[in-house]
Amino acid sequence: MLNISGIHEGFVLDHIQAGMSLQIYHDLKLDSLDCTVAIIKNAKSKKMGKKDIIKVECPIEALDLDILGFIDHNITVNVIKGDSIVDKKKLTLPEQVTNVIKCKNPRCITSIEQELDQIFLLTDPEKEVYRCKYCEEKYINPNKRG
Amino acid sequence: MRHLMSPLDFSVEELDKLLDLANDVEKNPDKYAHACDGKKLATCFYEPSTRTRLSFEAAMLNLGGSVLGFHSADSSSAAKGESVSDTIRVISCYADICAIRHPKEGAALVASQKSTIPVINAGDGGHQHPTQTLTDLLTIRSLKGRLNNITIGLCGDLKFGRTVHSLINALIRYDNVKFVLISPEELRIPDYIRDDVLRANHIEFEEVERLEDAMAKLDVLYMTRVQRERFFNEEDYIRLKDFYVLTKQKLEMAKEDMLVLHPLPRVNEIAVEVDDDPRAAYFKQAQYGVYVRMALILTLLGLAE
Repeated sequence: MLNISGIHEGFVLDHIQAGMSLQIYHDLKLDSLDCTVAIIKNAKSKKMGKKDIIKVECPIEALDLDILGFIDHNITVNVIKGDSIVDKKKLTLPEQVTNVIKCKNPRCITSIEQELDQIFLLTDPEKEVYRCKYCEEKYINPNKRG
Repeated sequence: MRHLMSPLDFSVEELDKLLDLANDVEKNPDKYAHACDGKKLATCFYEPSTRTRLSFEAAMLNLGGSVLGFHSADSSSAAKGESVSDTIRVISCYADICAIRHPKEGAALVASQKSTIPVINAGDGGHQHPTQTLTDLLTIRSLKGRLNNITIGLCGDLKFGRTVHSLINALIRYDNVKFVLISPEELRIPDYIRDDVLRANHIEFEEVERLEDAMAKLDVLYMTRVQRERFFNEEDYIRLKDFYVLTKQKLEMAKEDMLVLHPLPRVNEIAVEVDDDPRAAYFKQAQYGVYVRMALILTLLGLAE
């Protein structure tokens, strides 16, 4: 049995799709945080068969829940304080994501005006479709479940 | 301050008011001849477009205003590398309203975000061309008397034709509009219109390949040009460009009061012999384009009342 010690204050990202933890580590820019991070890959899960888990020892404010919701809103976020879970954050699909993904449409104005923010808007919450604010190019989340 | 980026920026009620105003402009041109005295329209055209630009300029001149602008990226600061955001900030100091055409999609939206004057999207690549859609709606409503209860045939390049996509999006807001989509297999309507717009809104439509199969049931036939610039492969263009040619003979199958529309310019998809047929409305459509742009300028400048 692999044993990772508990954390005093921070958060645990649970029910990450197996294999996704490293991408999330990078997207949340956890590599730039000066704190303890534990990545557990392919942990056994009754619900999912296999899952990844990320434990981070740092204040919850350091976590961008919008980006996490955009990557996969089915992830469970447990907030830890004083060695115990004090809150479970429910993730939702953010209405807008800025500078997380880039528009791939070569005809989009963002392809030539580099200083523009890359903004995607949620246009179909049911199908989890985002569209570029400028050219309306469709982006479908590759991490979408089911 | 209001801008126009997409034909759907206006609600149906707002659109009705705009089209009413355009009809009033048509009937009473003198009443509006000095409505924009002292106002300036900037036409910022980063790619050539004689028709749209002249239509905007004619509209402003008819209202007593004046126009300034540039007609290609080469003759603007874009050639020196200036961004659209910077250009519009400067233009805002010179003019009261701006019409912008740009080859990149979303350029007009970028301009509107930094502008201190109303911005009209006069075409942003293959994305939106809202004033063409307003023109189409005004033409149909003026000549048919309604925008509901019509069967409209859209013929030609339905894949790349942005005017067709915009018109579908605008017309589905009216009751009992049926679409007949007439195109060769290669130029069929994209999935995001067929599924996300037509099917998602339970709109009645059919897809056919032969114009002759659709003609008899149509109240409006909207012809489009197969655009060379949308093709990567010259062979495909040559093969498809002559797929549909509307002739007097084909028109014999149509209703006597059907309208033939075309956003122009045409190449050969409507035979010249059709021009004299009373159903040919594409040159009137160009005239309606001026009226609707006049109404739009008045509306965005807050001079409509």
